[in-house]
Amino acid sequence: MYMQDTIKTKYPPGDLALWIFICAELLVFAIFFAAYAFTRASNIELFNQYQATLNTDLALLNTIALLTSSYFVVSAIISIKENKQKQSTRFLSLSILGGCAFLIMKMTEYSHHMSEGINLTTNLFYMFYLSLTFFHFMHVILGIMILTVLWLNTRKGLYTADNHDGLVSGGAYWHMVDLVWLILFPLIYIMR
Amino acid sequence: MKYESQSVAKLYFIAAIGLFVGQIVFGLVMGLQYVVGDFMFPEIPFNVARMVHTNLLIVWLLFGFMGAAYYLVPEEAETELHSPMLAKLMFWVFLVAGALTILGYLLVPYATLAEITGNHLLPTMGREFLEQPTITKIGIVIVALVFLYNIAFTILKGRKTVITLVLLIGLAGLAIFFLFSFYNPDNLVKDKFYWWFVVHLWVEGVWELIMASILAFVLIKTTGVDREIIEKWLYIIIAMALITGLIGTGHHFFWIGAPEYWLWWGSIFSALEPIPFFMMTVFAFNMVNKRRINHPNQPAVLWALGTAVMAFLGAGVWGFMHTLAPINYYTHGTQITAAHGHMAFYGAYVMIVLAIISYAMPMMRGRKACNSAASQVAEMWSFWLMTISMVFITLFLTGAGILQVWLQRFSDEPMSFMVVQDKIEVFYWMREGAGVVFLIGLLLYVYSFFIGGEERTVEEKV
Repeated sequence: MYMQDTIKTKYPPGDLALWIFICAELLVFAIFFAAYAFTRASNIELFNQYQATLNTDLALLNTIALLTSSYFVVSAIISIKENKQKQSTRFLSLSILGGCAFLIMKMTEYSHHMSEGINLTTNLFYMFYLSLTFFHFMHVILGIMILTVLWLNTRKGLYTADNHDGLVSGGAYWHMVDLVWLILFPLIYIMR
Repeated sequence: MKYESQSVAKLYFIAAIGLFVGQIVFGLVMGLQYVVGDFMFPEIPFNVARMVHTNLLIVWLLFGFMGAAYYLVPEEAETELHSPMLAKLMFWVFLVAGALTILGYLLVPYATLAEITGNHLLPTMGREFLEQPTITKIGIVIVALVFLYNIAFTILKGRKTVITLVLLIGLAGLAIFFLFSFYNPDNLVKDKFYWWFVVHLWVEGVWELIMASILAFVLIKTTGVDREIIEKWLYIIIAMALITGLIGTGHHFFWIGAPEYWLWWGSIFSALEPIPFFMMTVFAFNMVNKRRINHPNQPAVLWALGTAVMAFLGAGVWGFMHTLAPINYYTHGTQITAAHGHMAFYGAYVMIVLAIISYAMPMMRGRKACNSAASQVAEMWSFWLMTISMVFITLFLTGAGILQVWLQRFSDEPMSFMVVQDKIEVFYWMREGAGVVFLIGLLLYVYSFFIGGEERTVEEKV
């Protein structure tokens, strides 16, 4: 059984072109993270001081929202492998909701910063914080758009147990958005 | 050629090649003026030669893009062009306006040209690459709008493909960003800031979409690879080009007085601009390797592969060399920039226009698929002559640039600009030599159109 599964599983799952895109995206974030780390190393006091002003609770809720959303994407793929289109559509709706919850909570954070007059020029820490989180925020929006297309396609019955490459590819992109946040959250909010 | 109206592209392609020859002649004049300062002075001063060289480049590439769109859109949309008559009319309007502008540069002092064209009513002149009189700029907008109308209506009435969609976004972006050339604020920082909205967002933004869509079209036609595979690559290439290219504009904002965060944004995003070009190279070679037909038009395939490689080297590698702020601090505005500019424009835009001309021209001239073997050999020789000489132009300018940075900006006792120019003279002479070889290659390219003979055999299955 195990052997059979190994033979059947395509590697990498989904579309190769999308994996190249995901790798390129991860490279962009990696360079940004490296720049953050190097700058932080020479400005530790400043970074520690302003990191303390961030809302860690909301960020933790955001992490839970994205992880839960990713879980629903996995569930949607498992459902489609069993040819359960309706169930898969429901899971995708829940994953979109998770993404939207993230956006709302992040916008709450941004509006708080804006009301305090914080912007990219306030200091080096806020420049990195706003740049990194906003760039990720834009990816969440793109991810939700992709999930919406997948939801529509699943509803139309375009994916089946034998043909669901599109769903797997879109799911991989959403996991990438999730993964980036899992690095971003401790790096910017928690690490002292 | 599947649709009669595609033939309007021929006019655009002929004008593009004619202006290309003019651009190179003025490039050689200017190259000589680097070492023989009073060559052709006062008839053609350096600033005028430079203006004509760069403006002709932009105008002939625009002719090339328009020709490409008029050729490929009807074929993709599977319908005749919305209005061939309008396309021909706009061709003559653009050509006459362009010719009058160039004559204006050459025949009257620039200040007089500004005066007689009413620049004081809406001042837009006097900025690098946007030197055109305001009235010419208005003409460009009109031509662009009519062109977009014609292309958009052709697409709307026919089949919609990813290629035409990407091309249309690119062309619309081209028109929209050009509007910033009319914004000419007194504040020098703002002036430079928005000036880059035209210059950068053209060549490192929307033009890349145009290039990618033309490349995808030529590859579909010459390799027979499934449209779905090519379109998928096109999507990820343009997504990456936009992500890195749009924010990458920041690498021009380092030293103009813009906020400090641009040092980071510009460095990080522009450092990633080579990625879409690298993807394009992988894409082009992948498609040719997976080809299902051996297309008889070998030069077209050669130009398509060449553009992918040279764009990656010129725009990607040579751009990356000096895009990080700490490096650009020393290299900004030196001959390293000139080296990058030459290879990037040649690789990304000159070669893609020549690729579509190479593919389309034989059919527009009544052949079934391609030129005779002799003509193709001549064209491929011209490819290598132009490409290798451009590699040398780039290397010589890079050498000049490295020495310039060292002597003028980095050493303990920096020398003045003009003293350094004397020291790097040998590089300028070598660059001029490579430029002459480039012109020979270009003339051979033009000559290849006049070589007759039997058409090569038609395409065969792999």
